Amino acid sequence: MTAIEFDTVRSDLPAWRGFHGSAWRERIDVRDFVQANHTPYEGDAAFLTGPTERTRQVWGRVSALFPEERRRGVYDVDTATPASITAHVPGYICSDRELIVGLQTDAPLKRAIMPNGGLRMVEAGLAAYGYELDPSVREVFTRYRKTHNDGVFDAYTPEILRARRSHIITGLPDAYGRGRIIGDYRRVALYGVDRLVEAKRAERRRLDTVPSSAEVIRDREELAEQIRALGELKEMAAAYGYDVSGPARTGREAVQWLYFGYLAAVKEQNGAAMSLGRTSTFLDIYLLRDLAEGRLDERGAQELIDDFVIKLRIVRFLRTPEYDELFSGDPTWVTEALGGMGADGRTLVTRTTYRYLQTLYNLGPAPEPNLTVLWSPRLPEPFKRFCAQVSIDTSSVQYENDDLIRPRLGDDAAIACCVSAMEVGRKMQFFGARVNLAKALLYAINGGRDELTGEQVAPAFPPLTGDVLDYGQVRAAYDRVLDWLAATYVDALNVIHYMHDKYAYERIEMALHDHPVARTLACGIAGLSVAADSLSAIRHATVRVIRDATGLAVDYTVDGDYPAYGNNDERADRIAVELVESFMAKIRRRPTYRGAEHTLSVLTITSNVVYGKHTGTTPDGRRAGEPFAPGANPMNGRDRHGMVAAALSVARLPYDQARDGISLTETITPAGLGRTAGERAANLAGVLDGYTDAGGFHMNVNVIDRATLLDAMAHPERYPQLTIRVSGYAVNFVRLTPEQQRDVVNRTFHGSL
Amino acid sequence: MTTGAVHSWDLSTGVDGPGTRFVVFTGGCPLRCLYCQNPETWRMRDSSRVSVDELMTEIGRYRRFIEVAGGGVTVSGGEPLLQPAFTGELLHRCHELGLHTALDTSGNLGDRASDALLADTDLVLLDIKAWDPRTYRRLTGGALAPTLRFARRLASLGRPVWVRFVLVPGLTDADGEVDGIAGFVAALPNVERVDVLPFHRLGAAKYDRLGIPFPLADTSPPDAELLRHVHERFRAHGVSSR
Repeated sequence: MTAIEFDTVRSDLPAWRGFHGSAWRERIDVRDFVQANHTPYEGDAAFLTGPTERTRQVWGRVSALFPEERRRGVYDVDTATPASITAHVPGYICSDRELIVGLQTDAPLKRAIMPNGGLRMVEAGLAAYGYELDPSVREVFTRYRKTHNDGVFDAYTPEILRARRSHIITGLPDAYGRGRIIGDYRRVALYGVDRLVEAKRAERRRLDTVPSSAEVIRDREELAEQIRALGELKEMAAAYGYDVSGPARTGREAVQWLYFGYLAAVKEQNGAAMSLGRTSTFLDIYLLRDLAEGRLDERGAQELIDDFVIKLRIVRFLRTPEYDELFSGDPTWVTEALGGMGADGRTLVTRTTYRYLQTLYNLGPAPEPNLTVLWSPRLPEPFKRFCAQVSIDTSSVQYENDDLIRPRLGDDAAIACCVSAMEVGRKMQFFGARVNLAKALLYAINGGRDELTGEQVAPAFPPLTGDVLDYGQVRAAYDRVLDWLAATYVDALNVIHYMHDKYAYERIEMALHDHPVARTLACGIAGLSVAADSLSAIRHATVRVIRDATGLAVDYTVDGDYPAYGNNDERADRIAVELVESFMAKIRRRPTYRGAEHTLSVLTITSNVVYGKHTGTTPDGRRAGEPFAPGANPMNGRDRHGMVAAALSVARLPYDQARDGISLTETITPAGLGRTAGERAANLAGVLDGYTDAGGFHMNVNVIDRATLLDAMAHPERYPQLTIRVSGYAVNFVRLTPEQQRDVVNRTFHGSL
Repeated sequence: MTTGAVHSWDLSTGVDGPGTRFVVFTGGCPLRCLYCQNPETWRMRDSSRVSVDELMTEIGRYRRFIEVAGGGVTVSGGEPLLQPAFTGELLHRCHELGLHTALDTSGNLGDRASDALLADTDLVLLDIKAWDPRTYRRLTGGALAPTLRFARRLASLGRPVWVRFVLVPGLTDADGEVDGIAGFVAALPNVERVDVLPFHRLGAAKYDRLGIPFPLADTSPPDAELLRHVHERFRAHGVSSR
């Protein structure tokens, strides 16, 4: 039996048959539904099944297109149709075999243009791959219709433009979709669209008696747009032959309805991150009911999830090469939060949580969907082992601290993008990219001038003089630069989000949120470890300045040792903590658009390389142009006491001052975790327990396999941190000679160290 | 205040005993194994004097992590039994805190380990580097007998042991070597496992830095076939090797 006689579902089959609880029936409240109905699973992975022939065929059909896509950069683009929920006719991978249907355009991997965010980005993206925009689209978006990007640049100040140009503020979502908004796509399945429209109309009616201030008028218009978008969602689903006006009646319908909600979002928005939410436990309730009713067996349940995940893996957006430089690898951040514990102490792990992870075996490892386990030492032991095993086998899972998230955001939080936790359907964020803290330190030394161009970017103040940098003087000047940076940064973000709401409002995603929604202004920092180590060097060693003819400090010599961030050494870690705290305090002093709550992330994704490229030599000994460490990681090679010491340094950074998330990336060899598969999984789970217990927020776990090591040999620049640990010491893989690297490759996979 | 010659410390997972461990590398070793990967720890004078108190402060920073993650403290080297008083106190203090303790040793100086020291040691990681005394001497510059004597004493005391055997093609891979060790270990009920460690050349760069020739620079790591063969011989003696 495979995934079932969908077509034979009787139209009078009650959608909510057998479900428990009442509050969720009275109001839109998926969390209450999940709590009233989910069945925690504390067993192991033995029940899971492999891919069916059908799954192999569908996946084979679409993955056969990938090499061509990789070769050309994009597989295909529709250059004539500005995207919307209903702009494209239905598309299929192979219509007779797909269980879950729906593509962003009319064909797999064909990208859409989304000019509402900015026409320039569309044109540059097309030009990069040899395409040209349809002239009529250009005419519409230059002559008749303004874009988000146009609006932002109408309102930017000269100061913001300078800061942007000099790369002290980088990656701003001012030319494309801001993303990081998670619609509660589960609502489509649980309630059906008609009920959601009804709820939105009620929210709108509550504003009818409120005086028409600018805020209220905007809210009313947005609610009207949301209702319109829900109508388009129904229309789009109908084109695929489905009526989503009512709730889903089966597991397959639940997956399909939920996916249609998500699909509508990715048809209309090219957000930097288009995350999925927290769907596995919700869907498990439907799959379990189907299993109990004999409507489905395990193979069928897995097949539905596999087919759904195939769709999530082929979400595509048209990007520019500059964007790819910041965030390489064509990411879409279809982030799904898995597991976690409920407020009542029951786990939210279900069999479908396992099924999502199983897709990494059934379809092979992949970066998308971005599977994110909300980790707690209290998770069921078999689940912890399984996660660790999946990490070891695929390096495709990231972990976030459920014990930090749950007390602050409840047990129905999900992750937007990489590390931004938010309550699903109740909270959204204004994504704010990040500022370059290392460069700001150089501005402090140079009186606000840029160390690479000499341009006066920050307001002028006397540069530091003297041969040797004085810690007190540097700190005072840094404080001043950071005041300016925080003010300029928040100003820029306010402009961006004002214009995004005005010209590229996320109608369908916001239709799947409550009104009024809680908002955060998600600021970010890059270069934390460079800045902290530089300050530590200035304080604990002797840092001499080398200036050019114009008096610009362009180089430094460091005499003596200094404690470096990443060794669980309070002297250095304290500096990093203070930097986070003080910058957050400065951010908080600035007023935000729509009263958003200020938050901060310590996250770079892959942009640490670009930030480094645009930053001169720093007092920690890092040379101009060298990459920063990613996120909150210690600088490469300066963490001398192993992964655990480095992780404990990162865990010191206070989550409450960086509520948008703190990212740590670790790379481990299998042999660096133990000698047998069982030991490795248990040891990795132990490390995750220990790190979570210490208050660490996020860990990317890479366990390097043979293929990755071979890739690292061919492309060493991509693996600056690959460390192999053997009994007694660690070596940096890319610093080994090719012969030694071959040695490691052979040894690691024909035995162990 | 007891002090010792300590080369460095490190946190490791899964390689120096069970779980995640705080590993103290003591300085100084009486042996000069041809494949040694830590030549920088050979001489005591290349280490620093560190007090047990200082180390305990450092270990204290990891105690909670180790308790939650599972693991303990390993005293390695160098040869920790070159400094039995220091090693003994370190193990004792860790044991008092309830931390799992391991001693990573060649056994060559096993006679120096007091019963009290061994009572504070939850696990001994014991290197049996060869079976033929001539091979052992060629490989290490020392005698095999003290190691075997130490192994028997650990058995009589009932202390848990993981035996480690480094497999070097052309040096320790003869069936006689493997069978000898396997037969010996099979008779020791306290040996929980045998780790067959494939020889590797990752320490070669350290030799370069120290200006010492690496004696096994031209020796290849064992291939999969040889490893499988050796594991089979251990298994034939009823010894679980990994």
